[in-house]
Amino acid sequence: MIPTPTPSAAGASPRASGRGAPLLSVEGLTVKLPVAHELRTVLRDVSFELEEGKALGLVGESGSGKSMTVRTIGRLLPPGADVAGHVRFDGKEVFDLRGEALRKYRAGDVSMIFQDARAHTNPVRRIGDFLTEALRTNQKMPQKAAEARAVALLAEVGIHDPERRLRQFPHELSGGLLQRVMIAASVAVRPRLILADEPTTALDVTTQAEVMVILKRMQAEYGMSMLFITHDLELASAVCDDTVVFYAGQVVERQSASQLHHDPLHPYTAALVQARPEIGHRAERLPALPGHPTTAYEAPDGCAFAPRCLFAQEACRAGVPPLLRIGDQGDSRCLRMPELHGKLLAPTPPAATVAVPPSVDPGEETL
Amino acid sequence: MTTTPLLVVEHLTKRFGKGRQEATAVADVSFELGERGSLGIVGESGSGKTTTARMIIGLEQPSEGRILFRGEDRTHPARTVRELRERGRNIQIVFQDPYTSLDRRQRIGDCLAEVLGVHFRLDREETRKRVRELGELVGLDERQLNALPKVLSGGQRQRVAIARALAAEPEILILDEAVSALDVSIQAQILNLLSDIREERGVSYLFISHDLAVIRQVCDDTIVMRHGAVVEHGTTAEVLDHPHHPYTRLLRDSVPREGWDPSTVSARS
Repeated sequence: MIPTPTPSAAGASPRASGRGAPLLSVEGLTVKLPVAHELRTVLRDVSFELEEGKALGLVGESGSGKSMTVRTIGRLLPPGADVAGHVRFDGKEVFDLRGEALRKYRAGDVSMIFQDARAHTNPVRRIGDFLTEALRTNQKMPQKAAEARAVALLAEVGIHDPERRLRQFPHELSGGLLQRVMIAASVAVRPRLILADEPTTALDVTTQAEVMVILKRMQAEYGMSMLFITHDLELASAVCDDTVVFYAGQVVERQSASQLHHDPLHPYTAALVQARPEIGHRAERLPALPGHPTTAYEAPDGCAFAPRCLFAQEACRAGVPPLLRIGDQGDSRCLRMPELHGKLLAPTPPAATVAVPPSVDPGEETL
Repeated sequence: MTTTPLLVVEHLTKRFGKGRQEATAVADVSFELGERGSLGIVGESGSGKTTTARMIIGLEQPSEGRILFRGEDRTHPARTVRELRERGRNIQIVFQDPYTSLDRRQRIGDCLAEVLGVHFRLDREETRKRVRELGELVGLDERQLNALPKVLSGGQRQRVAIARALAAEPEILILDEAVSALDVSIQAQILNLLSDIREERGVSYLFISHDLAVIRQVCDDTIVMRHGAVVEHGTTAEVLDHPHHPYTRLLRDSVPREGWDPSTVSARS
């Protein structure tokens, strides 16, 4: 394992200084999975930290390694996976957990919310069974008490008539309702960490807003931490405290979520921000990135993004760039970042200025 | 619109089921699509966007209303094979899922050649030339044209689907959530490609999407649908910048952006 050769401590999140130990710390995580009789790299030297009660967004395109990171943290890797590096939860090494300790970690400390609620609920079991299962088997709660708890949980996630819902089957609920049931089930055991893997991607925008409200409220009320995976940069910056950007199985940028759009720390992030069309403005032509996203397995030597990067130079292709600390703002896996910082979004067409008026006044209107 | 509209949809209604099971998927929808125009249909799942598209290409029969293409009634199924092909040549569709809309065992070039064979009388050399042109138009090289769909990425497959639709040289291209499943960087490429094609070929688009930002980029006019009915209709800029209907406003405010607070949005829905 290669520690990040930066002056700062490896894995330190930009705002972690001066605080106690983080709830979750991932350090130099490298994962290889057996595919077609060979080990293929899916994650390379991934490091980040998550403090108690905070929300950290993992963003990136398909195949970038966000989901694998979460699965690794949840100890949900397939047999034969080759793991190097550290995942520490509350100071304990997650990969050393065995037997009862591992069960407790999976059943009580972390819980997962998946994108497709329908695929992760048993179609022949009732909502009530699904919600009370963990309470009865893991917490040995009596049936009656568990049911009362389930009713309370459904009410908390804004589901009307919870008693009736408990008797229904998943197919009788809409996608948005079922995702709320998933959230209720995952917070039922009061986990300390929620791993949310694209929980709103399959939902309509208005439903997404409703589900996000519930998720954020639950997180705040119970003081839970959350790892929030999404491909939607806007959503990540709106609901998370910090963001980590993934590309080809690597962390390419770490910084506070509010800066993601204004001051990206990696050419890839800047390109993504600009490639996305805007609701308040029609671009003459979208500044699209050439090529397509690569996976860690296919990534070239040197900087994985170099083949698509407007700023790439010879040095970028020479070796894997280290994660560099950029002032006190965050980290970037771009060799040229010190000189490019603040200039990545410079050639933006009038987009930013034209887009502001229409998107600002509705916000004020709703306040 | 000044000239005769290419496509006119009048009071289109579709009901499924009978008696107590009856559900109205599309209710009294009317709109026009002009030559070289691009009309967006926005709405959430279950709003009737796709059912409307399916009626226009003849995959569903309307319960009520009319569909006119260049003034000619297309409401009822074609009576002859010839008429069916003619209709297919006029209007083509690109579906959302690039993984299930291609034949896994057919090479990309053959897939395009097949469509050419249905619609045009070309000899082998002409067909090959045309396939290469189509590939060039959407950015697929010789190697990709000889490949099977499994080796192509999602974005490349969607290029194939667009090339296949364009092979018939349609006047209207219906894009049903055609860029929704793509990664942001690929989505931008396809959106640029669509605007190039529109400029070069003069194809009209009927662009169905739930994504307002994408609609803004592609469409001149937009209709907003909810529960099968049109709630707002206007130029895209007007609809998105100054929405009149509360539902359009709700949709717009639900899109995450900077300083977005979901609780102010969900309180209204």
